[in-house]
Amino acid sequence: MTDFPPEITKEEMGKVSLFLSNINSTFSKERSNLIPILQEAQNRIGYLPHEAMLGIAEFLDIPDIDVYSVVTFYNQFRLNPPGKHSIRVCMGTACHVGGGTVIMDAWKRRLGIDKRQTTPDREFDLDTVACVGCCAMAPVTVIDEEVQGKISPTRVDGILLGYQIERKKESQSS
Amino acid sequence: MSSITLTIDNKKVTAPEGQSILWAALDNDIYIPNLCAIRERTDPAASCRLCFVEVEGKPMPVTACTEPITEGMVVNTKGTESQSLARTALELLLASHPVDCGHCAANNSCELQKAAKHLGVKLNTKRYRKLLKELPIDDSSPIFIYDPNKCVLCGKCVWKCHELGIGAIGFAYRGFDRMVTSFAGQPIGQSNCNQCMECVSICPVGALVAKENT
Repeated sequence: MTDFPPEITKEEMGKVSLFLSNINSTFSKERSNLIPILQEAQNRIGYLPHEAMLGIAEFLDIPDIDVYSVVTFYNQFRLNPPGKHSIRVCMGTACHVGGGTVIMDAWKRRLGIDKRQTTPDREFDLDTVACVGCCAMAPVTVIDEEVQGKISPTRVDGILLGYQIERKKESQSS
Repeated sequence: MSSITLTIDNKKVTAPEGQSILWAALDNDIYIPNLCAIRERTDPAASCRLCFVEVEGKPMPVTACTEPITEGMVVNTKGTESQSLARTALELLLASHPVDCGHCAANNSCELQKAAKHLGVKLNTKRYRKLLKELPIDDSSPIFIYDPNKCVLCGKCVWKCHELGIGAIGFAYRGFDRMVTSFAGQPIGQSNCNQCMECVSICPVGALVAKENT
Protein backbone atom coordinates (compact mmCIF):
# COMPACT_ATOMS: atom_id res chain seq x y z
CA MET A 1 0.00 0.00 0.00
CA THR A 2 1.58 3.22 -1.13
CA ASP A 3 -0.09 6.54 -0.69
CA PHE A 4 0.18 9.19 -3.34
CA PRO A 5 -1.62 12.28 -2.11
CA PRO A 6 -2.14 15.04 -4.71
CA GLU A 7 0.86 17.34 -4.81
CA ILE A 8 0.99 19.86 -1.97
CA THR A 9 -0.11 23.39 -2.92
CA LYS A 10 1.91 26.54 -2.22
CA GLU A 11 -0.72 27.69 0.26
CA GLU A 12 -0.55 24.39 2.16
CA MET A 13 3.23 24.46 2.13
CA GLY A 14 3.02 27.90 3.74
CA LYS A 15 0.75 26.52 6.45
CA VAL A 16 3.17 23.64 7.05
CA SER A 17 6.14 26.01 7.40
CA LEU A 18 4.16 28.28 9.71
CA PHE A 19 3.08 25.35 11.88
CA LEU A 20 6.60 23.92 12.08
CA SER A 21 8.16 27.25 12.95
CA ASN A 22 5.71 27.79 15.83
CA ILE A 23 5.67 24.19 17.09
CA ASN A 24 8.37 24.99 19.65
CA SER A 25 6.24 27.50 21.52
CA THR A 26 3.25 25.17 21.94
CA PHE A 27 4.79 21.75 22.48
CA SER A 28 7.76 20.28 24.30
CA LYS A 29 9.99 17.75 22.59
CA GLU A 30 8.44 14.69 24.21
CA ARG A 31 7.42 11.65 22.27
CA SER A 32 4.12 11.54 24.16
CA ASN A 33 3.21 14.81 22.42
CA LEU A 34 3.16 13.12 19.04
CA ILE A 35 -0.62 12.66 18.79
CA PRO A 36 -1.53 16.16 20.09
CA ILE A 37 0.98 17.66 17.63
CA LEU A 38 -0.48 15.66 14.73
CA GLN A 39 -4.01 16.71 15.69
CA GLU A 40 -2.99 20.35 15.84
CA ALA A 41 -1.14 20.08 12.52
CA GLN A 42 -4.18 18.55 10.86
CA ASN A 43 -6.40 21.31 12.29
CA ARG A 44 -4.14 23.97 10.83
CA ILE A 45 -3.28 22.37 7.49
CA GLY A 46 -6.40 20.31 6.81
CA TYR A 47 -4.51 17.04 6.46
CA LEU A 48 -1.05 15.62 7.13
CA PRO A 49 1.21 16.08 4.10
CA HIS A 50 4.54 14.24 4.08
CA GLU A 51 6.37 17.54 4.63
CA ALA A 52 4.51 18.06 7.92
CA MET A 53 5.16 14.51 9.15
CA LEU A 54 8.87 14.81 8.35
CA GLY A 55 9.06 18.14 10.19
CA ILE A 56 7.30 16.73 13.24
CA ALA A 57 9.62 13.69 13.29
CA GLU A 58 12.61 16.03 13.19
CA PHE A 59 11.16 18.19 15.99
CA LEU A 60 10.60 15.19 18.28
CA ASP A 61 13.87 13.56 17.17
CA ILE A 62 12.18 10.26 16.30
CA PRO A 63 12.40 8.23 13.06
CA ASP A 64 10.03 9.41 10.26
CA ILE A 65 8.50 5.96 10.12
CA ASP A 66 7.27 6.22 13.74
CA VAL A 67 5.19 9.27 12.81
CA TYR A 68 3.92 7.49 9.72
CA SER A 69 2.98 4.41 11.83
CA VAL A 70 0.77 6.50 14.12
CA VAL A 71 -0.79 8.50 11.27
CA THR A 72 -1.74 5.38 9.32
CA PHE A 73 -3.03 3.59 12.43
CA TYR A 74 -5.68 6.09 13.49
CA ASN A 75 -8.67 6.88 11.31
CA GLN A 76 -8.76 10.47 12.60
CA PHE A 77 -5.59 11.31 10.68
CA ARG A 78 -5.76 11.87 6.97
CA LEU A 79 -2.89 11.59 4.51
CA ASN A 80 -4.93 13.13 1.73
CA PRO A 81 -6.21 16.71 1.43
CA PRO A 82 -9.96 17.19 1.70
CA GLY A 83 -11.60 17.45 -1.74
CA LYS A 84 -14.06 20.15 -2.78
CA HIS A 85 -16.83 17.61 -2.19
CA SER A 86 -16.66 14.86 0.41
CA ILE A 87 -18.22 11.52 -0.41
CA ARG A 88 -19.04 9.28 2.55
CA VAL A 89 -20.33 5.83 1.77
CA CYS A 90 -22.30 4.32 4.64
CA MET A 91 -21.10 0.90 5.77
CA GLY A 92 -23.52 0.51 8.66
CA THR A 93 -25.39 -2.77 9.10
CA ALA A 94 -28.43 -1.89 6.97
CA CYS A 95 -26.33 -0.31 4.21
CA HIS A 96 -23.92 -3.24 4.29
CA VAL A 97 -26.83 -5.66 3.82
CA GLY A 98 -28.27 -3.36 1.16
CA GLY A 99 -25.09 -3.59 -0.91
CA GLY A 100 -22.85 -0.90 0.60
CA THR A 101 -19.71 -2.56 -0.74
CA VAL A 102 -21.14 -2.56 -4.28
CA ILE A 103 -21.80 1.18 -3.95
CA MET A 104 -18.31 1.74 -2.57
CA ASP A 105 -16.84 -0.14 -5.53
CA ALA A 106 -18.90 2.01 -7.91
CA TRP A 107 -17.50 5.22 -6.38
CA LYS A 108 -13.96 3.85 -6.41
CA ARG A 109 -14.26 2.84 -10.05
CA ARG A 110 -15.83 6.09 -11.20
CA LEU A 111 -13.48 8.38 -9.26
CA GLY A 112 -10.42 6.21 -9.88
CA ILE A 113 -9.36 6.43 -6.25
CA ASP A 114 -9.37 4.16 -3.24
CA LYS A 115 -11.03 4.65 0.13
CA ARG A 116 -9.50 7.57 2.08
CA GLN A 117 -8.01 9.14 -1.05
CA THR A 118 -8.61 12.36 -2.98
CA THR A 119 -8.90 12.74 -6.75
CA PRO A 120 -5.85 14.42 -8.35
CA ASP A 121 -7.98 17.46 -9.30
CA ARG A 122 -9.06 17.69 -5.63
CA GLU A 123 -12.75 17.66 -6.57
CA PHE A 124 -13.73 14.62 -4.47
CA ASP A 125 -12.49 12.69 -1.47
CA LEU A 126 -13.86 9.27 -0.67
CA ASP A 127 -14.33 7.58 2.69
CA THR A 128 -16.71 5.32 4.59
CA VAL A 129 -18.95 6.19 7.49
CA ALA A 130 -20.31 3.76 10.09
CA CYS A 131 -23.99 4.81 10.18
CA VAL A 132 -25.80 8.07 9.46
CA GLY A 133 -29.09 7.11 11.11
CA CYS A 134 -31.43 6.76 8.14
CA CYS A 135 -31.27 3.02 7.63
CA ALA A 136 -34.64 2.94 5.84
CA MET A 137 -32.91 4.68 2.92
CA ALA A 138 -30.14 2.08 2.63
CA PRO A 139 -27.77 2.00 0.89
CA VAL A 140 -26.83 5.57 1.72
CA THR A 141 -24.07 7.94 0.57
CA VAL A 142 -23.56 11.33 2.20
CA ILE A 143 -22.24 13.97 -0.20
CA ASP A 144 -21.02 17.02 1.67
CA GLU A 145 -23.95 17.51 4.11
CA GLU A 146 -26.62 15.96 1.92
CA VAL A 147 -27.83 12.39 2.44
CA GLN A 148 -28.54 10.46 -0.76
CA GLY A 149 -30.62 7.31 -0.22
CA LYS A 150 -31.31 4.18 -2.24
CA ILE A 151 -28.05 4.57 -4.12
CA SER A 152 -27.25 2.28 -7.05
CA PRO A 153 -24.20 2.25 -9.33
CA THR A 154 -26.29 4.08 -11.94
CA ARG A 155 -27.17 6.76 -9.37
CA VAL A 156 -23.45 7.16 -8.71
CA ASP A 157 -22.96 7.91 -12.41
CA GLY A 158 -25.91 10.30 -12.31
CA ILE A 159 -24.61 12.23 -9.31
CA LEU A 160 -21.17 12.59 -10.85
CA LEU A 161 -22.71 13.73 -14.13
CA GLY A 162 -24.58 16.41 -12.16
CA TYR A 163 -21.31 17.75 -10.76
CA GLN A 164 -19.72 17.59 -14.20
CA ILE A 165 -22.51 19.73 -15.70
CA GLU A 166 -22.32 22.14 -12.77
CA ARG A 167 -18.60 22.54 -13.31
CA LYS A 168 -19.10 23.13 -17.03
CA LYS A 169 -21.62 25.87 -16.30
CA GLU A 170 -19.24 27.48 -13.82
CA SER A 171 -16.38 27.53 -16.29
CA GLN A 172 -18.64 28.94 -19.00
CA SER A 173 -20.01 31.75 -16.83
CA SER A 174 -16.60 32.74 -15.52
CA MET B 1 21.79 -13.15 39.94
CA SER B 2 20.52 -16.29 41.62
CA SER B 3 19.31 -19.28 39.66
CA ILE B 4 15.88 -20.85 39.81
CA THR B 5 14.93 -24.49 39.49
CA LEU B 6 11.74 -25.41 37.72
CA THR B 7 10.20 -28.32 35.86
CA ILE B 8 9.42 -28.11 32.16
CA ASP B 9 7.84 -31.18 30.56
CA ASN B 10 8.93 -33.37 33.53
CA LYS B 11 12.52 -32.22 33.08
CA LYS B 12 14.22 -30.38 35.97
CA VAL B 13 15.98 -27.30 34.64
CA THR B 14 17.78 -24.34 36.16
CA ALA B 15 17.71 -20.86 34.73
CA PRO B 16 18.69 -17.37 35.92
CA GLU B 17 16.16 -15.39 37.93
CA GLY B 18 14.11 -12.93 35.91
CA GLN B 19 14.15 -15.04 32.78
CA SER B 20 10.90 -15.98 31.06
CA ILE B 21 9.70 -19.54 30.59
CA LEU B 22 10.42 -19.34 26.86
CA TRP B 23 14.15 -18.66 27.21
CA ALA B 24 14.52 -21.09 30.14
CA ALA B 25 13.03 -23.81 27.93
CA LEU B 26 14.97 -22.93 24.77
CA ASP B 27 18.26 -22.76 26.67
CA ASN B 28 17.57 -26.26 27.97
CA ASP B 29 16.82 -27.74 24.55
CA ILE B 30 13.05 -27.75 24.99
CA TYR B 31 11.49 -26.19 21.90
CA ILE B 32 8.49 -23.91 22.28
CA PRO B 33 7.23 -22.46 18.97
CA ASN B 34 7.88 -18.71 18.68
CA LEU B 35 8.26 -16.02 16.03
CA CYS B 36 8.45 -12.65 17.77
CA ALA B 37 10.66 -13.42 20.79
CA ILE B 38 13.87 -11.39 21.11
CA ARG B 39 16.16 -12.25 24.00
CA GLU B 40 17.52 -8.73 24.53
CA ARG B 41 14.09 -7.18 24.54
CA THR B 42 12.89 -6.33 28.05
CA ASP B 43 9.26 -5.82 27.03
CA PRO B 44 8.31 -8.82 24.86
CA ALA B 45 5.96 -8.02 21.99
CA ALA B 46 4.03 -11.27 22.64
CA SER B 47 2.36 -10.75 19.30
CA CYS B 48 2.78 -14.10 17.57
CA ARG B 49 0.73 -16.07 20.14
CA LEU B 50 2.61 -19.28 19.37
CA CYS B 51 4.39 -19.84 22.69
CA PHE B 52 1.37 -20.74 24.83
CA VAL B 53 2.19 -23.15 27.67
CA GLU B 54 0.33 -24.41 30.71
CA VAL B 55 1.60 -23.64 34.19
CA GLU B 56 0.40 -25.69 37.15
CA GLY B 57 -1.83 -23.58 39.37
CA LYS B 58 -2.74 -21.11 36.60
CA PRO B 59 -6.32 -21.32 35.35
CA MET B 60 -5.45 -20.46 31.75
CA PRO B 61 -2.55 -21.02 29.35
CA VAL B 62 0.07 -18.24 29.39
CA THR B 63 2.50 -16.94 26.78
CA ALA B 64 5.90 -18.36 27.72
CA CYS B 65 7.71 -15.22 26.55
CA THR B 66 5.99 -12.93 29.07
CA GLU B 67 5.77 -15.28 32.07
CA PRO B 68 8.75 -15.00 34.42
CA ILE B 69 9.98 -18.24 35.97
CA THR B 70 9.48 -18.91 39.68
CA GLU B 71 11.01 -21.48 42.04
CA GLY B 72 9.33 -24.88 41.78
CA MET B 73 7.19 -23.86 38.80
CA VAL B 74 5.76 -26.77 36.82
CA VAL B 75 5.37 -26.05 33.10
CA ASN B 76 3.73 -28.23 30.49
CA THR B 77 4.50 -27.19 26.91
CA LYS B 78 2.33 -29.92 25.40
CA GLY B 79 -0.99 -29.24 27.16
CA THR B 80 -4.12 -29.74 25.07
CA GLU B 81 -5.48 -26.24 25.68
CA SER B 82 -2.23 -24.37 25.11
CA GLN B 83 -1.45 -26.36 21.97
CA SER B 84 -4.93 -25.69 20.64
CA LEU B 85 -4.42 -21.94 21.08
CA ALA B 86 -0.98 -22.05 19.45
CA ARG B 87 -2.29 -24.17 16.56
CA THR B 88 -5.10 -21.72 15.88
CA ALA B 89 -2.68 -18.76 15.89
CA LEU B 90 -0.37 -20.60 13.49
CA GLU B 91 -3.18 -21.65 11.18
CA LEU B 92 -4.40 -18.03 11.01
CA LEU B 93 -0.87 -16.93 10.06
CA LEU B 94 -0.64 -19.65 7.43
CA ALA B 95 -4.04 -18.68 6.00
CA SER B 96 -2.54 -15.41 4.76
CA HIS B 97 0.92 -16.77 3.97
CA PRO B 98 1.85 -17.77 0.44
CA VAL B 99 2.97 -21.34 1.05
CA ASP B 100 5.46 -21.95 -1.76
CA CYS B 101 8.35 -23.35 0.26
CA GLY B 102 10.02 -24.98 -2.74
CA HIS B 103 10.73 -21.55 -4.24
CA CYS B 104 11.40 -19.72 -0.96
CA ALA B 105 14.90 -18.76 0.14
CA ALA B 106 13.97 -19.49 3.76
CA ASN B 107 13.03 -23.12 3.01
CA ASN B 108 14.30 -25.40 5.82
CA SER B 109 15.40 -22.45 7.96
CA CYS B 110 11.88 -21.08 8.33
CA GLU B 111 10.38 -20.71 11.79
CA LEU B 112 6.88 -21.23 10.39
CA GLN B 113 7.88 -24.63 9.05
CA LYS B 114 9.49 -25.50 12.36
CA ALA B 115 6.46 -24.44 14.40
CA ALA B 116 4.06 -26.23 12.04
CA LYS B 117 6.04 -29.45 12.30
CA HIS B 118 6.17 -29.20 16.08
CA LEU B 119 2.47 -28.46 16.47
CA GLY B 120 1.37 -31.00 13.86
CA VAL B 121 -0.20 -28.36 11.61
CA LYS B 122 -0.18 -28.78 7.83
CA LEU B 123 1.38 -25.81 5.99
CA ASN B 124 -1.53 -25.85 3.56
CA THR B 125 -4.07 -25.76 6.35
CA LYS B 126 -7.68 -26.06 5.22
CA ARG B 127 -9.26 -24.85 8.45
CA TYR B 128 -9.38 -21.20 7.39
CA ARG B 129 -10.10 -19.68 4.03
CA LYS B 130 -6.93 -18.59 2.27
CA LEU B 131 -6.68 -14.80 2.13
CA LEU B 132 -3.44 -13.46 0.67
CA LYS B 133 -2.27 -9.86 0.83
CA GLU B 134 -1.08 -9.71 -2.79
CA LEU B 135 1.28 -6.78 -2.29
CA PRO B 136 4.14 -5.91 -4.65
CA ILE B 137 7.61 -7.26 -3.81
CA ASP B 138 10.19 -4.59 -2.95
CA ASP B 139 13.54 -5.31 -4.62
CA SER B 140 14.75 -1.70 -4.50
CA SER B 141 17.65 -2.51 -2.21
CA PRO B 142 20.79 -3.59 -4.04
CA ILE B 143 21.40 -6.49 -1.68
CA PHE B 144 18.10 -7.74 -0.27
CA ILE B 145 14.48 -8.39 -1.23
CA TYR B 146 11.46 -7.59 0.92
CA ASP B 147 8.33 -9.60 0.23
CA PRO B 148 5.52 -8.20 2.42
CA ASN B 149 3.29 -11.13 1.49
CA LYS B 150 5.49 -13.56 3.39
CA CYS B 151 5.78 -11.28 6.43
CA VAL B 152 4.27 -12.63 9.67
CA LEU B 153 4.41 -9.20 11.42
CA CYS B 154 6.62 -10.51 14.22
CA GLY B 155 8.25 -7.07 14.46
CA LYS B 156 11.81 -8.37 14.84
CA CYS B 157 13.17 -6.33 11.93
CA VAL B 158 11.38 -3.19 13.15
CA TRP B 159 12.84 -3.64 16.62
CA LYS B 160 16.34 -4.25 15.26
CA CYS B 161 16.20 -1.28 12.88
CA HIS B 162 15.15 1.02 15.74
CA GLU B 163 17.63 -0.54 18.20
CA LEU B 164 20.46 0.26 15.78
CA GLY B 165 19.23 3.85 15.60
CA ILE B 166 18.39 3.66 11.90
CA GLY B 167 14.60 3.58 12.01
CA ALA B 168 14.10 3.00 8.31
CA ILE B 169 11.24 0.52 8.66
CA GLY B 170 8.21 0.29 10.91
CA PHE B 171 4.60 -0.82 11.07
CA ALA B 172 1.89 1.02 9.18
CA TYR B 173 -1.87 0.69 8.78
CA ARG B 174 -4.13 -1.47 10.88
CA GLY B 175 -5.90 -4.82 10.86
CA PHE B 176 -5.41 -6.97 7.78
CA ASP B 177 -3.68 -4.05 6.00
CA ARG B 178 -0.98 -3.86 8.67
CA MET B 179 2.46 -4.19 7.17
CA VAL B 180 6.11 -3.40 7.65
CA THR B 181 7.09 -0.51 5.42
CA SER B 182 9.22 2.59 5.21
CA PHE B 183 8.04 6.22 5.40
CA ALA B 184 5.11 6.92 3.04
CA GLY B 185 5.42 3.40 1.67
CA GLN B 186 8.43 4.37 -0.43
CA PRO B 187 10.73 1.57 -1.60
CA ILE B 188 13.20 0.59 1.13
CA GLY B 189 16.09 1.28 -1.23
CA GLN B 190 15.07 4.96 -1.31
CA SER B 191 14.61 5.26 2.46
CA ASN B 192 17.31 5.97 5.03
CA CYS B 193 18.14 2.24 5.14
CA ASN B 194 21.92 1.77 5.24
CA GLN B 195 21.88 -1.83 3.95
CA CYS B 196 23.27 -3.28 7.21
CA MET B 197 21.31 -6.50 6.57
CA GLU B 198 20.49 -6.94 10.28
CA CYS B 199 16.77 -7.15 9.45
CA VAL B 200 17.51 -9.88 6.92
CA SER B 201 19.42 -11.97 9.43
CA ILE B 202 16.75 -11.60 12.13
CA CYS B 203 13.73 -12.35 9.89
CA PRO B 204 12.29 -15.74 11.00
CA VAL B 205 10.62 -16.37 7.63
CA GLY B 206 11.35 -15.56 3.98
CA ALA B 207 10.04 -11.99 3.98
CA LEU B 208 13.51 -10.43 4.05
CA VAL B 209 16.14 -12.37 2.15
CA ALA B 210 19.57 -11.59 0.72
CA LYS B 211 19.61 -11.32 -3.06
CA GLU B 212 22.55 -13.71 -3.23
CA ASN B 213 20.37 -16.45 -1.71
CA THR B 214 17.62 -16.21 -4.28
